[in-house]
Amino acid sequence: MTSAEGVAAVRVPAEAERGRSGAGVRRSLVSRLAARAGGGAARFFLIVVGLVWLTPTVGLLLSSLRDPADVGISGWWKVFGDPGQLTFDSYGDLLSNEAITDSLWTTAAITVPATALVVLVGALAGYAFACMDFPGRDGWFLVVVGLLVVPVQIALIPVAKLFGEIGIFESTTGVVLFHTAFGLPFAIFLLRNFFAEIPRELLEAARLDGAGELRLFFRVVLPLGGPAIASLAIFQFLWVWNDMLVALIFADSGNPPITVALQQQVRQFGNNIDVLGPGAFISMVVPLAVFFAFQRQFVSGVMAGAVK
Amino acid sequence: MSTATAGGAAVPGPPPPEGQSSPKGRGAAGGRRGRKTTILGAPRWVAGLFLLPALLLLGALVVYPIGYSLWRSFFDASGDGFVGLDNYQEVFSDGAIRTAVKNNLIWVIVAPSVATALGLIFAVLTERVRWGTAFRLVVFMPMAISMLAAGIIFRLVYEQDPERGVANAITVTVHDTFADRPPFPGAHPRPEAGLDESADGSYTVPSAVSADSPQLVPLVGAKRRDVSGAADAAAARPEPGKVTGTVWFDFTRGGGGRHGVLDPGEKALAGVTVQAVRDGEVVASATTRSDGTYTLPGSAAGAQLRLPGDNFDEPYNGVDWLGPSLVTPAIIASYVWMWAGFAMVLIAAGLASVPRELLEAARVDGASEWQVFRRVTVPLLAPVLAVVMVTLMINVLKIFDLVYIIAPGTTQDDANVLALQLFQSSFGTDVNQGVGSAISVFLLVLVVPVMLFNIRRIRRERRR
Repeated sequence: MTSAEGVAAVRVPAEAERGRSGAGVRRSLVSRLAARAGGGAARFFLIVVGLVWLTPTVGLLLSSLRDPADVGISGWWKVFGDPGQLTFDSYGDLLSNEAITDSLWTTAAITVPATALVVLVGALAGYAFACMDFPGRDGWFLVVVGLLVVPVQIALIPVAKLFGEIGIFESTTGVVLFHTAFGLPFAIFLLRNFFAEIPRELLEAARLDGAGELRLFFRVVLPLGGPAIASLAIFQFLWVWNDMLVALIFADSGNPPITVALQQQVRQFGNNIDVLGPGAFISMVVPLAVFFAFQRQFVSGVMAGAVK
Repeated sequence: MSTATAGGAAVPGPPPPEGQSSPKGRGAAGGRRGRKTTILGAPRWVAGLFLLPALLLLGALVVYPIGYSLWRSFFDASGDGFVGLDNYQEVFSDGAIRTAVKNNLIWVIVAPSVATALGLIFAVLTERVRWGTAFRLVVFMPMAISMLAAGIIFRLVYEQDPERGVANAITVTVHDTFADRPPFPGAHPRPEAGLDESADGSYTVPSAVSADSPQLVPLVGAKRRDVSGAADAAAARPEPGKVTGTVWFDFTRGGGGRHGVLDPGEKALAGVTVQAVRDGEVVASATTRSDGTYTLPGSAAGAQLRLPGDNFDEPYNGVDWLGPSLVTPAIIASYVWMWAGFAMVLIAAGLASVPRELLEAARVDGASEWQVFRRVTVPLLAPVLAVVMVTLMINVLKIFDLVYIIAPGTTQDDANVLALQLFQSSFGTDVNQGVGSAISVFLLVLVVPVMLFNIRRIRRERRR
C-alpha cells in the first residue's frame, strides 16, 4: 500500500504487530468479560450496519430483475416470497436498445483515451520534474500542487466557449481533453513523487548503455513506475467512467455516455425504472469489476490523495 | 464517481525506502551534472519537451479558465456590460441562490462530520471482528460506483409509496407496529344500503340489532390488494344470547353478484372493528374473523351497530423523504452511504499505525474501552481525522450529481446547492453566465486555504 502513512501523517503500520505481542499483560477478569460482551455488541452492530449498507443496492438489483409490471405495484422485497418473479427481460430489452449500447461505447471511447492520456502526459511531466533540471522547477511544481484542489466548476463556462471556438464543443474529443487536463495535477504529483525514488544509478547505467531520453523514459522509467501508474490509471478510469457533470456539458448530446443517457430518463423516475434499474447496473459492472480486480491499487490511489 | 479523494492533504505517493530519500539521491547525481544539462545529462530543451503537453493542457483548460471566469464574473448576462460586483451581490441576495448557499453550508458541516464519525466507528470496530475485511468491502464498495447510479439507487429507496420505497416500507411497518393500521381504507357501504355516515367516517346501521337475526353488513370500495388474500365470507349463524353478523366485500369478480346479498365467492372483510352503540355510548365491540363474522355479547341487543371510521381511514403513508423539508438530509444520507467507506479506509490505515502499547497501557491502568477510545485512540488519530474531514469538505463543496438526480423536479429548488445553481446558471434553466462565473469563483475562493496549505506543506517537505 503506497502512502497510507503519508496521508495519515502517522507512523508506519509495522508497529502494530509489535504492540500486540509486547503487551502480554494480565487484564482483570471484569475487563475481559466486558470486552467479550462489547465484542458481541460490536458484531451485532456491524452486521446491522452491513445489511443497511447493502440494502439500497440489493433493492435496485432485485427491482431490475423483476417484471416492470410487478415493480410498479409492489416492493422488490416481495421477490423473497416469490423468486419466480425474477427475470432478465429488462436487461435483454436494454441491451437490444441501441441508444443504450451506443452510450456504453461512448463511455468507453471517452474513458480509455482520457486514462491513457493522463498517464502518458502526467508521466512525461512527472519524470521531468523528478529527474531533470530546468529553471524554476520547484516553483512550477508548487503551481501543480496548487492546482490539485481547483474545482472543475471554474472551467465549465470558459472551456465550453473555448471548445466552441475550435469546434470540439459537444464532442468526445472535448470531454477527453477536459478530463485529461483536470486529471493532470494529481497525475504529475503522484508520479513525480514516485519517480523521484528511482535510484539514479539505474538511470545513469541505462544512459551509459546509450539509451536516449525517450528510450530511457519508455523502457526504464515507465516500467519502474508500474505501481504508481496502476493506481493513477484505475483512479482516473473510475473517475471518468463515472463522471456525469463534464459529459453533461461537453459530450455530444446525440451520442452521450451512459451516465448522461440514463440521467435523461430520471425525470420520469417512476415510469422509467425498467430502464434506469438495469441501466444503472450495467453502468456499474465495469467500475465494480475494476474495483474488485484492483482493490489494492484503488485503495492506494485513494490514500495517495487524489484531489479533484 | 468519487471525483475526489484526499483533497486536503496532498501527500507523497510511495513511502521513501529508508535511507534513500529524494534529496540525497539528487545530491549524489548533482555532482556530476553539467551546467546546461539535466541531472542525467540531457539537454534542457528535452525537459521542455517532456513538460510541454502537460503545460499546454493545464494552461489552456485549467489556468486560463480561472482567469477568464474571474473576468467574466464582472460582466452581465450578455457578457458586454461591466457590472462590477453585482453578480457576487446577486449570489448572496437572490432567493434561489441563497438557498443554495445555505444548503451548501449544511452539507459542508453535516456530511463530512457524519461520514468521518461513522468511518471512525467502523474502523475501530472492524479491527475486532474476524470478518472485518468483508464488512469494509461492503461499506467501501459504493465509492466505486457513479453518483448517478447511487442517485438512482436512492431514488428508489426514497420512493413515497411504501409498497415500493424501502425507507417508507420500514417507516410504515414501524409505525403500524405501534398504531393499528386501518384494515380497509376507502371501503364504504353502498348508498342504498341505508347506513348513516357520520363526520368522523363511521357508518351506523339505523335499525337496532337483535340477538336472533344475524346482521349483514355489505361494503364496497375496498382496495383490491387489501382484499386479494381474504377468505370467502360466511353468513353468521345465530347464537343464543349473542348478537352476530357478517361484514364482507359485496362485490363478485366478473360481475353477477346481487347487491346486499352474500353471494358465494364474495370475500370476507376480516379485522374490521364493530361496535354496539347505545345513546352514544359504546356498550360492546368486536372484530370480524377471517370469514367476516363477528359476535357481540347479548348485552348489545337493541343497540345500534356502528363501524368506526378507523376501519376506513387512509393508512399512514410514511414520510415524504424528498419533500421540501427533508430532501437535503435525505440526499446527505445517500452521500454518507457513498463516502463513509472512504473515511473508514483512511482511518483504518491510521489506526494500524497506532502503537498498541499505548492502548494496552491505558487498559492496564484501568481505563474502560470507551475511555481508551476517547482519550487515547481519537487524539492519536487526530491528524488522520483532520485530513479526512478536509478532503470530504472539499468534495462536498462541489456536490452536484446526487442532488441533480435524487431531488425531484418539484423540490429541486429546496435542495439547491452551489454547483447545481452554477450548472443551471451556466447551461440550464436560468442562464446568466455572469452569475455562473461568480459562483465558480466563489467555489474556488473557498478552496484557496487548502490550496495554500498544500503548497506550504510540500515546500516544507522539500526543504527538509
